Amino acid sequence: MSAPRTPESLGLSRADLPNSYIGRSVPRPTARKLVEGRATYTDDVSLPRMLHAVFVRSPHAHARIASIDVARAAAAPGVVRVFTGADLAKVCDPWVATLAHLKGMKSAPQYALPLERATWQGEAVVAIVADTVAHGEDAAALVEIDWAPLPALADIETALSPETPVLHAELGDNLVFTRTADTGGVDEAFANAAHVVEATFVSGRHTGVTLEPRSILADFNRAEGMLTVWHSTQAPHMMQGVFAKQLRLPESDVRVITRDVGGSFGVKVHVYPDEMAVAAMARVLGRPVKFVADRFESFVSDIHARDHRIKGRIAVDADGRILGFDIDDLTGIGPYSVYPRTSAIEGNQVVNLCGGPYDFKHYRCTTTVVLQNKTPTCQYRAVGHPIATAVTEGLVDLAAERLGLDPIELRRRNLIRDDAYPFTSPPGMRFEGLSHHAALDKLVAMVEPEKLRAEQAALRARGVYRGLGFASFIELTNPSPFMYGIGGARISAQDGCTVRMDPDGSVVAMSGVTEQGQGTEAILAQIVAHGVGVPVERVKIVTGDTRVTPYGGGTWACRGAGIGGEAALQSAVALREQLISVAAAILQAAPETLDVAMGEIVDRASGSSRMPLAELGRLVYFRGDTLPKDAPREFVQTRHFITKDYPFAFTNGVQASWLEVDVETGLVRLLKHWVVEDCGRIVNPKLVDEQVRGGVVQGIGGALYEQCVYDAEGQLRTTTMADYLVPLAADMPDIAVGHVETPTRESLLGAKGAGEAGTAGAPAAVMNAINDALRPFGAKLFAQPFTPERILTALGRVAPR
Amino acid sequence: MKWPAFAYARANSLEEAFALKRAAGADAKWIAGGQSLLVSLAYRLQAPGALIDISRIAALHGVAEAGAGLRIGAATTHAKLGADALIGARAPLLAQAAPLIAHAAIRNRGTLGGNIAYADPASELPACLVALGATIVAASPRGERRIAAADFFVGLFETALAEDEIIVAVETPAPPAGSAIDEIARRPGDYAMAGLAAAFDIESGRLAHARLVFFGVGGAPVHAVRASTALTLHGVAAAQAALAGDLAPQGDHQASGDMKLHLARVLTRRVAQAALGPGSLAA
Ligand SMILES: Cc1cc2nc3c(=O)[nH]c(=O)nc-3n(C[C@H](O)[C@H](O)[C@H](O)COP(=O)(O)OP(=O)(O)OC[C@H]3O[C@@H](n4cnc5c(N)ncnc54)[C@H](O)[C@@H]3O)c2cc1C
Repeated sequence: MSAPRTPESLGLSRADLPNSYIGRSVPRPTARKLVEGRATYTDDVSLPRMLHAVFVRSPHAHARIASIDVARAAAAPGVVRVFTGADLAKVCDPWVATLAHLKGMKSAPQYALPLERATWQGEAVVAIVADTVAHGEDAAALVEIDWAPLPALADIETALSPETPVLHAELGDNLVFTRTADTGGVDEAFANAAHVVEATFVSGRHTGVTLEPRSILADFNRAEGMLTVWHSTQAPHMMQGVFAKQLRLPESDVRVITRDVGGSFGVKVHVYPDEMAVAAMARVLGRPVKFVADRFESFVSDIHARDHRIKGRIAVDADGRILGFDIDDLTGIGPYSVYPRTSAIEGNQVVNLCGGPYDFKHYRCTTTVVLQNKTPTCQYRAVGHPIATAVTEGLVDLAAERLGLDPIELRRRNLIRDDAYPFTSPPGMRFEGLSHHAALDKLVAMVEPEKLRAEQAALRARGVYRGLGFASFIELTNPSPFMYGIGGARISAQDGCTVRMDPDGSVVAMSGVTEQGQGTEAILAQIVAHGVGVPVERVKIVTGDTRVTPYGGGTWACRGAGIGGEAALQSAVALREQLISVAAAILQAAPETLDVAMGEIVDRASGSSRMPLAELGRLVYFRGDTLPKDAPREFVQTRHFITKDYPFAFTNGVQASWLEVDVETGLVRLLKHWVVEDCGRIVNPKLVDEQVRGGVVQGIGGALYEQCVYDAEGQLRTTTMADYLVPLAADMPDIAVGHVETPTRESLLGAKGAGEAGTAGAPAAVMNAINDALRPFGAKLFAQPFTPERILTALGRVAPR
Repeated sequence: MKWPAFAYARANSLEEAFALKRAAGADAKWIAGGQSLLVSLAYRLQAPGALIDISRIAALHGVAEAGAGLRIGAATTHAKLGADALIGARAPLLAQAAPLIAHAAIRNRGTLGGNIAYADPASELPACLVALGATIVAASPRGERRIAAADFFVGLFETALAEDEIIVAVETPAPPAGSAIDEIARRPGDYAMAGLAAAFDIESGRLAHARLVFFGVGGAPVHAVRASTALTLHGVAAAQAALAGDLAPQGDHQASGDMKLHLARVLTRRVAQAALGPGSLAA
């Protein structure tokens, strides 16, 4: 027991152990309840005396609230109370979303409901609490607001020019944050380079579109002094702290319960003013108040993301070695930075990640983050990655074209060597171990580019235009406190797991990470079963209750397996050792001669059974009198885990897209997509593959379909699923997934994140494939989404707008 | 959002429907498949006091031969349009249009009458009816009247129908020798950025008597008279050129006006090519 634990000693790479669940596609235990409609989403929770919140939302992108008359609404049938910003400010404090390590960042205080001005179309302004949603909506139509419209800040290019009005006077200007990473020597490198190519990229503003909309049910029990919140969130503990602080309650008097969550993608890890209003109203009324966003509300109030314009240049020498990248990123985030993660992280990630897969010397990248009168933006699946990857890979393909080199060959010449680690990138990202070349080799073997090139040439002769595009990428996972904690945010980078054995020999594990539909509970069960030595069916997982689970950060930035999984493994292994030590005392055997396998104490050498765990449970829980006096009686262990050596565990991968562009209609038909990624140790291959596939589809959404379209007055034009187009399953290509496994040495489990890899690389691969298809026409596109109109415009077949 | 409260009654005959309507007053609306109406209620774009369900009235059901053509009940669902053998044989354009309308779940409920009463400018069926020269049969307490499809679609979501009239059926004439429909949509099932329903004869390897009717490019189906004539007299290129005189599309956020005109030209060629067979336009 005193020998140090290693992945080998735990049998992590051995599939021959009977309960070796790590690396196996164990079916997820939650799947059946989801498909049978027996899940418990927040809207499925109904409480006695429950009321419903309905919001009156601003029809203007920017307008002063001259007056609000709620008299008619308050008198409408079923209405219990109507709240304005001033009413809620008495019980709910405003927040300011900045992080100390993002130097110079500023943002204005945001209230649950605004006091004087609405600053985006769709901002909740008045709240109605009624017995039914329908009654609330009837009353909402009776609220009279006298609006004085103000000029809307819609264009990011002019946000900082002196003639543009300042959105929040107290901030002085519309600049939220700017940062430049500069290795020095960039101008010189570009001046002397054999080739410099450049392009201006646009990443379209889009949003998460979770199947289950944002949902919250808050209840304040005056008798207990407790606020209990059922919340569709990724981060129950963080929200516990936020509710407590903003509503001036002790943290211990707030409990957040998160049952099933129908997708989150980053949308549900933020503090939303309408949700804070619900908690505040429950606090005032002493009754449960529920709010479930409808789709229209989701489009105008869920965070948006990726609204960037990026100018990029790449310098290469005559042999195709990359000398440097020079990048200027501009992004608009809406009227407020979103609490508590802030809306500057996405731009900051662009600075951290551009050029990421490559070994080069000179780097300069600036992000400029400005205010707008549009829905606030914040972290959405693969924060900043798809943007940085599109810019990097778009430039690399342009360089290959200029050099007359095959894009694969140019990548081979420049990707960081697989034996070069540890490696620090020009913007200062530290890589423990990546596998770009192995991944590319594997991808090329899967894609068989020569065959496709032959097909492409043959079809071009017949007027059919197919294209093949590649994109290497890195992905930031397993974040340490360097992401948020050091900036002062109470966002936990560590996570914990408590594992206990009950008398029947079954195991319950309580984890601080959360299940959003991605299968976290499945991998936790596998890891715990493996670590303790029981059949996976004997493990029950509890997540999403701040009163029950160890304190943790929840689900974000790809950390469920890498952080939560490691805490689970360590606590499970500790429980196994505890089981062995008690069993050894009972069996009068040396602990090193015993092991736990498939729910039995076994003889380590022969594997023969010594005692079922149920018998051990019976003895300890019911016949403690028969045990030696000083024998330990705890069958419960808790471990917490945090990464310490590296701020982030980077992963890597490469994608390829094969598609056809109809040059008459501008429609793109996706024919096939490939991904090879390296997320370290794979706990459940099927779940990882499906994460990758889902991520690819979400990336394709941004590349081809999804866009929050605003007009010049800041009005959102895409507020239904008929206008905001998401990728449909029938239009998606087959997505082949391959893996390289480079486990992180920071943990026993060795797992890194896998949830964002697909999204990080897909848009760039699709972009490069479209440009490859259009090469005979000399047309190039760098503005996402690549809509038919943009493609036809690039082809010169329709006039630009 | 939730629907605003409304009264609901189901009529079993036209007379009952008219009586219910008289009693309920001007803010009562007919409801058939509900696939457009209920959406607008869910957005609270309208708040009718009552919905009178006409979907079970026998007079609105059935597909029957009528002279050389068909009489198709207004309550015929899109799914039935696509599957009915008689329609497939005698008004194949409607059968070809059906799979282009929305998705299976909507096609199972949405009706021909509701679709044309709603008169969405991007809708397939109105354009088909204009191309076929169909007649819309409407009933009211004042009796029945027949309205030529070309006169029925007045503008954006606007028809020649009086507020108390019910579309009972659509009558199609003898089928043209050829007909075709094609459209260009962002995704299958979406309303088209531009679409074309065409009826024509084929005389000595050329299209003749063509009626090209576009949808998604104006407030109502647009019968492109110049292009139709040019196609007959001078062929596809002339028709494509003539479209500039027929269409003046307004852009939307999916497609600019210029793009819609471009797509209309692409559709003209595709429909002609499909009608005449591959390679026909190479010369
Ligand atoms: C997601 C989605 C996508 C769609 N995509 C398409 C598409 O691509 N193409 C397309 O053409 N349509 C599309 N539709 C609309 C669909 O075709 C509807 O079925 C149709 O427009 C309305 O038919 P309904 O029977 O459901 O009418 P309802 O919704 O019941 O009624 C619509 C209107 O017509 C009136 N009305 C109904 N029946 C009659 C009648 N017999 N006489 C007089 N007035 C009547 C009603 O009072 C109401 O004003 C789509 C709908 C949805 C929800």
